Amino acid sequence: MNTYLLEFYVVGLGVIMLLWEAFASPKNKSKLALIGAGGLTIILALLIFGKDSADLNHVPDWLSRFYSTGGHSLFFKGFALVSTILVLLMSYDFRSILNKYTSNNNSSDNTGEFYTLPVFACAGLMWMASATDLVSIFVALELVTITFYVMVAFMRRNVGSLEAGVKYLILGALSTGFLVYGIAWMYGATGTTDLAKISNLELTSSYSLLFGLSLIIISLGFKVGAVPMQLWIPDVYQGAPTPITAFLSIASKAAGFGVAIVILQPFLASDAVSGNVLMILVIMAAATLLYGNLSALAQTNFKRLLAYSSIAHAGFLLLALSVSDFSTVKFYLATYLIMNFAGFFILNLVRVQDGSDEIDAFDGLGMRNPNLALALTITMAAMAGVPLTAGFLGKLFVFQSIVGTLPWIVVVIAFVAAAAGFYYYFKVIRAIYWHKPANEKPLTVPSISKYAIIILTAAIIVVGVYPKAIECLIGG
Amino acid sequence: MLTLALILIPLLATAIIFFGVSVNARKIALGAAVLNIAVAIAAIFTSGFSDFTLNVLSKPNINLALDIHQNGGISVVLLLLSVIVTLAAVLSGTCPKGREKLWYCSALLISAGAIGAFISTDLFFFFAFHELALIPTFLMIGILGRGDRKEVAWKVTVYLAFGSIVLLAGLLMIANQLGSFDMTQLTALSHHQNEIALLLIIGFGTLVSLFPFHSWAAPAYASAPAPVSMLHAGVLKKFGLYGLIVVGYKVVPDGMAHWLPLLLVLLLCNIIWVGLVTINQKRLDLMLGNSSVMHMGYIFLAIAALVDNGSSFATQAAVLLMFAHGISIAMSFCLADRIENKTGSLELNQLGGLAKNAPSLAFLFGLVGMASIGLPGLANFAGEIMVFFSGFEGWKPADDLGPVQIATIIAIWGVVISAVYMLRAFRNIFQGETVSRTEKVKPLSGDDKLPAIILGVILLIVGIYPQSILQFFN
Repeated sequence: MNTYLLEFYVVGLGVIMLLWEAFASPKNKSKLALIGAGGLTIILALLIFGKDSADLNHVPDWLSRFYSTGGHSLFFKGFALVSTILVLLMSYDFRSILNKYTSNNNSSDNTGEFYTLPVFACAGLMWMASATDLVSIFVALELVTITFYVMVAFMRRNVGSLEAGVKYLILGALSTGFLVYGIAWMYGATGTTDLAKISNLELTSSYSLLFGLSLIIISLGFKVGAVPMQLWIPDVYQGAPTPITAFLSIASKAAGFGVAIVILQPFLASDAVSGNVLMILVIMAAATLLYGNLSALAQTNFKRLLAYSSIAHAGFLLLALSVSDFSTVKFYLATYLIMNFAGFFILNLVRVQDGSDEIDAFDGLGMRNPNLALALTITMAAMAGVPLTAGFLGKLFVFQSIVGTLPWIVVVIAFVAAAAGFYYYFKVIRAIYWHKPANEKPLTVPSISKYAIIILTAAIIVVGVYPKAIECLIGG
Repeated sequence: MLTLALILIPLLATAIIFFGVSVNARKIALGAAVLNIAVAIAAIFTSGFSDFTLNVLSKPNINLALDIHQNGGISVVLLLLSVIVTLAAVLSGTCPKGREKLWYCSALLISAGAIGAFISTDLFFFFAFHELALIPTFLMIGILGRGDRKEVAWKVTVYLAFGSIVLLAGLLMIANQLGSFDMTQLTALSHHQNEIALLLIIGFGTLVSLFPFHSWAAPAYASAPAPVSMLHAGVLKKFGLYGLIVVGYKVVPDGMAHWLPLLLVLLLCNIIWVGLVTINQKRLDLMLGNSSVMHMGYIFLAIAALVDNGSSFATQAAVLLMFAHGISIAMSFCLADRIENKTGSLELNQLGGLAKNAPSLAFLFGLVGMASIGLPGLANFAGEIMVFFSGFEGWKPADDLGPVQIATIIAIWGVVISAVYMLRAFRNIFQGETVSRTEKVKPLSGDDKLPAIILGVILLIVGIYPQSILQFFN
């Protein structure tokens, strides 16, 4: 099996779903989500079981300039597939809210595209993982971003969703502008857009190169939600449909880091510019950590809390990126996927049944559904970085690689940020157990969400105790 | 494999209790606690089963490595302390109806975390297991605590999270310099000893309620349900002291020596300042909580002696006192809970004459009170006397008094302070005329007595024959 075919299978799947939706006019469009998840699971199986085949790395000539295979791209492709599958499953359980805000009579008539678009975004994410040329990176990134513009604003009868859509569109367009402008300067400074060629060049620290590079870093900062391009995150995350928020905060951010690794690797390795790049990244990381963690302290809305928490996590990831510890970046992202999806599945459930994203909605969850409360407790503990959960290891490795290599003030900021995390994640745990529930109605958990939450929570513990479980994925 | 069982038994029991439908939580927890004592004894006295290693990550190299015989017997003693107090804790207290799952799961989780921390030989799991025990502590205080439980739980979390983060920074600096997490490979570091020593003293110190990071402890123990106070004050808190001895002293001896004057001042504050605060308490639970903070000062004194003169028996003194204090404070909290259960109050001035109606309660409380004062014949005396001697080891009458000797002389006054508050509490609660709250009190039932008797017998055995514990040091 050839790796490069995977993206075509994904696009093919998306096209089939779209056509089937348009011409077969199924009564219940939410079934599309299950079809999409099933199809992507088959493609994921192809990726996993085809990993050892002989012609894995074969890329036809017309594509080879733009496309790389190998461990890095396989990891991020797998990441995109897993997260899209989970997003589609979450969308299925989100259908009642979606129907409410897309049509007058709570029917699923206008929702077909909502279950199809993530598949196209997935293809874009997978291309991003393999892109080796600034131009192909740009094209893949746009495929993802434009798909997201639609998905974020999909609940068109909901003001929040529309507001989120507009904000994301305007700021996204701005960041696209930065990226294109940066690529142009980069081309002017180096004479090529091929990153493999750039890494072979003897780079000199010219203003044009640094200017182009900083523009590119800024636009990557938009993708991953780093200061100073983090302003869109809280509002867009809060307004977007919950599964799309999860998609944005996990898959889109991870792809951003995947691309950042590919783009920045040659520059971090070059003597001439590595000092400047390092400084920019470390300052961004420190600012991101402070902004994300300190703003999260005051949040009362769980979705917004997760938004700020995703900024905070981006800060840790940037630290690992700045010291060129790419395996830690991947490890952190893998644990981030597990615990964030667990959090979003539970939020999604509460949102659908109680109609609220506020932390108050979780009051007394310990009484209403003890098992779900346990799952959320484990998830929040993992995000805070309590040992023996997946979240601790990521932070531990980041600390380990920055202690002694980065200035002590940055290390102190990172530790303060981690400590602040305890405060706001434990606020949710407090709500679960200490507060009286507003309504005593027990929460019922639909079976898809149930199994997803069980598997993800178990994975948090298993990875936390036995991290070798995902080590093979990162090495492979 | 037996060592792994020590952790797995409470964890499995927790899982069974939590997910089980219509299970008898108390019986399962009891079974797990008894089984764990048996396994611990088997692991201690048989050879060949005592270590376990599982590689969980190859880069960086992290192992789930357990060995009870490391550290020349320290782990064995603390393991014994953990399993004994666990059994007593499961037997103690009155679980509110409908909360059995939370109650017994928390006790077992704290126990599993403490045992794991004491027998791990990998810095990663050493740290991680301790943290595991903090979450149920937090939940239990917040949900089932008394008084101002939410505020207290929050305060505990903030303090302990702060301590843990500082500690983590110190441990990472150690691991980075040594290039491994393996605790059997710890050697003195060549760089940054002073900085790391300070991080460790603050980090471990906060977890052990070293002055001025002690103010979480008394309210926490006063508010927590009895099993949690017993397990935390009795067992889990020893983690910080254990860490200072087996990690701190090994990797940063010079750094610890650098901060010795500071440590001496802080530990004297623990003994004298907190001792005076203890005298001033009006409630029995707050008094016991503060007394436990105060007694930590003696163990810090043993560590100071170890750092100062490399005393040959300071470690044994510290560990013996940790054991004795663990048993006695657990017994105190167990009995305080019974007093509150019988009379509905722990205010010292609302009680009196309790000995008339509950003589066995008075006897047991008297016993543990004497033990914590340091009366000869009870375990704490053996520990305290060794601590005081270790401060003077190698000192000759012709020498001037060094800082550690002066600190020891001041610390001995702590015994007087203990006597003042303990005897006064005993008199107020048990002697004199009965008051309205104590008139109709029924004597202790067999179930009520059992955990206290177990702990009391151990206090006596170790007090009369300290070698029963000291034999584990080789």
